[in-house]
Amino acid sequence: MFRKLHDPGPQAVTIFIDGRPVVAEPGESVAAVLLRQQEGWNRTTPVSQSPRAPYCMMGVCFECLVEIDGQGSVQSCLTPVAAGMRIARQQGRRSLSA
Amino acid sequence: MSEHTDLLIVGAGPAGMAAAIAARRHGLSVRLVDEQPAPGGQIWRGIETVAATPRAARLGESYLSGADRAAAFRACGALYEPESQLWQIEPGFRAFITRGGKARIVTAEAIILATGAQERPVPFPGWTLPGVLTVGAAQILLKTADSVPEKPVWIAGCGPLPLLYMTQLLAAGGRIAGFLDTTARGRVRAALRHLPQGLGRLGDLMKGLSWSLALRRAGIPTIRHVTELVAEGEGRLQRLRYRAEDGREAEVPAEVLLVHEGVVPNIHAALALGCAVRWHAGQHCYVPVLDAWGETTQANIFIAGDGAGIGGAEAAEPRGRLAALRVAARLGRLDDAAAELAAAPERGALSGALALRPFLDALYAPRPQLHAPPDETLVCRCEEVTAGELRARALEGRPGPNQLKAFTRAGMGPCQGRQCGYAMAHIVAAAQGRPVEEVGFYRIRPPLKPVTLGELASLDEQEPAA
Amino acid sequence: MSEATFDVVVIGGGLHGLSAALHLARAGRKVALVERRWTGRHASGATAAGVRTLGRDIAEIPISLEAMAMWHRIETIVGDDCGFHAHGQIRVAETAEHMPALIERQARTRALGYDHEELIDAAELRRLVPALSPHCVGALAARRDGAADPHRTIAAFRRTCEAAGVAIAEGCGVEAVDRIGGDWLLICGSRRFRAPHVVNAAGAWAGRLAALFGDVIPLGVRASMMIVTERLAPLLDPVVSVVGRALSFKQASQGTLVIGGGLQGSADLDAERSSVDFRRLARGARAAGDLFPAVRAVRIARCWTGIEAETRDHIPVIGLSPNTPGLVHAFGFSGHGFQLVPVVGAILAELVCEGRSRREIAAFAPGRLMQERAVA
Repeated sequence: MFRKLHDPGPQAVTIFIDGRPVVAEPGESVAAVLLRQQEGWNRTTPVSQSPRAPYCMMGVCFECLVEIDGQGSVQSCLTPVAAGMRIARQQGRRSLSA
Repeated sequence: MSEHTDLLIVGAGPAGMAAAIAARRHGLSVRLVDEQPAPGGQIWRGIETVAATPRAARLGESYLSGADRAAAFRACGALYEPESQLWQIEPGFRAFITRGGKARIVTAEAIILATGAQERPVPFPGWTLPGVLTVGAAQILLKTADSVPEKPVWIAGCGPLPLLYMTQLLAAGGRIAGFLDTTARGRVRAALRHLPQGLGRLGDLMKGLSWSLALRRAGIPTIRHVTELVAEGEGRLQRLRYRAEDGREAEVPAEVLLVHEGVVPNIHAALALGCAVRWHAGQHCYVPVLDAWGETTQANIFIAGDGAGIGGAEAAEPRGRLAALRVAARLGRLDDAAAELAAAPERGALSGALALRPFLDALYAPRPQLHAPPDETLVCRCEEVTAGELRARALEGRPGPNQLKAFTRAGMGPCQGRQCGYAMAHIVAAAQGRPVEEVGFYRIRPPLKPVTLGELASLDEQEPAA
Repeated sequence: MSEATFDVVVIGGGLHGLSAALHLARAGRKVALVERRWTGRHASGATAAGVRTLGRDIAEIPISLEAMAMWHRIETIVGDDCGFHAHGQIRVAETAEHMPALIERQARTRALGYDHEELIDAAELRRLVPALSPHCVGALAARRDGAADPHRTIAAFRRTCEAAGVAIAEGCGVEAVDRIGGDWLLICGSRRFRAPHVVNAAGAWAGRLAALFGDVIPLGVRASMMIVTERLAPLLDPVVSVVGRALSFKQASQGTLVIGGGLQGSADLDAERSSVDFRRLARGARAAGDLFPAVRAVRIARCWTGIEAETRDHIPVIGLSPNTPGLVHAFGFSGHGFQLVPVVGAILAELVCEGRSRREIAAFAPGRLMQERAVA
């Protein structure tokens, strides 16, 4: 959906989206990285399993929720990327299989 | 165990930073919490990182002016807590804050909410599809991630922000498929009568005109007086249909659609605190009831910046300083006369900054269709409640927004009504033939942000029971 | 100014008022229901909606069992299942020291001839609630208990009332009362309601209402706090409470966890407002995490409190006023009135129509609280 205009260069970090390594730049949000991915969505809703993607990018719509490093329903637009971060897209209602 | 300051400021945008600097100048201890990783608010998002890069120039001068503000804020001696969510304020004041998954309670004598604005929600069929975002979202992506839509993008809406974003996007090498201008016919004439009082702000007007001219020169197709939008696609946006006031309709392929219909104050925290709000007919939204210093109807809780009513960054700064002055006077750091003296230039700056606002409010007043989405529109994005369902239930008895919320679950999802509150109010009002300001708004239930049970549990000071 | 005459006026549009109005209308009475705000505004709209016979005060058991039978056929009463599911209620013992209390309780109810409460061991507990922390040792269970959807219940009772001919007047608070011959005249702003019988089901404000009629009934106020979480995949079916802690824990059908248990916020009767005290609520969150460790990472969607009246002995006031002709009281459910809703309406209809009830309600007589002189 979106593309980055410059190459992050040597300071690039790798994060993992559903286990797949993805290049990101320090300072950008997880949601920004998600919007550059082919799939185009980050979760399906708990009500009807419809796909959703980041919408407001400023913390008010809660569409960009993902699981980050094991914690579910994190607002990815408010979360800066960090090297090695593990992102899992959420499907439907969260399952607590702890 | 609790950490006490004189003044707690929420939000590190223009108002919050200005308030912090002013309060520190008068010797107050200040804690500023903000959701973002760096100061600047939405207007100056990412300014500290971006200012030093070559791409800074294409974002424009008013964006770059944030760099000095952020630097002054960093140096002012306020305790700054980024990436922190404030989720509850109780009398005392006790503020509940989560940072890095850890919740804690801080206390303060006074609070300034500088939580800004959000884009006015624009419900239409298909607005929940991936690929539909707000113009503000796209601008944040440009500022903080240097990202632009991959393919030529459709932009729909009205107001200064779409024009500014389009010029920034073109400067960055992005491509625009077309601009669906939703400004209603006749708005220019309605706005012009507010122009005389705004003549002192000719510079702003010229800036707006220059954006429009740049878009015309670039040959951006523009469709005027668009009244209806429908986004369609299988699992993501693929097609866009629109209809203009003259009946012209078209369907075009689209991957990204950006929408914007102005901004409204963030009033959730104010409502949760029991601060009175009033309907602002010119801005078509609720604004908090404030005195000349920005104090709410709850003593020692102030609101500054766009959260006080839309005024932009230039109004936000004097509002922030006014609130800080009042707090300093309350806490005995300067006497009332000195506060009045210091307030005079701020009030002058504020009224100057607001001079063009009635013109802009009238020019970009939301089109009537915005508040009457078709029945199939998902008004509540979180709980997936349609306009049709709300309309039908609004006629059973004479329920207000809170009863409809209970019956339909609209407004009960994670966004807590931030996206559906106004649509709900307008639908109830229209169905019952009442003025929108009479039907009221959602009661806002805490916490303001969805903390985890574990974070809350960590605040239990009792010994474990077992 | 409008004046209308009825056989009965019910004051209070909560579930008990609606249930009373419904039963009275079905008994052929002309009924008005007056509600200061709107139906279900306070406790009824803020309840966790547990449908529980488990652990009830001995005096409440007979009417609670009858109410439970009514819940199992609630659709025949109000035309909707009210979201009621009989997944059982379970009171858990976390340690061996907590078991004797449960064992004694069961022996006591058995001795009185009741068999709705059943002791279960750790293995059966695990089978019924696999998500429960393994440290729990046993429980008392009532398998026919369950929970309902409060808003569906309010809507169903309201709809049925209207269909039965009840005149519902919302935004209509009683400001004064007057006696005209054998009738009561209720003055609500510009509206007047006249009837020989009045039912006081005014919830947290019932004490003030009673005082308008000259009945002094001292009452406390409760503002029980609730937590609702984000929607989750199915985690548990029964409603779980625990010995020695303020916790009630269940999952609603749409997947949200509903966590209550009687932790108290603060209430302001004059402002009609109550508020959450998060430092106290933290204890409930901790209890939830101790019993269901996986939920610590679950997000809270919203918290609230509901205001209702509490009596000194924690059982309700249901009965004819001993002093005031034509006045029937029903309030003070002290945090556990939801389950009793269907039967209390039937009792109130009996009291109004026949002047007596064939149910066992002697323990709820208003007079027991009125013998004390109120110290305001």
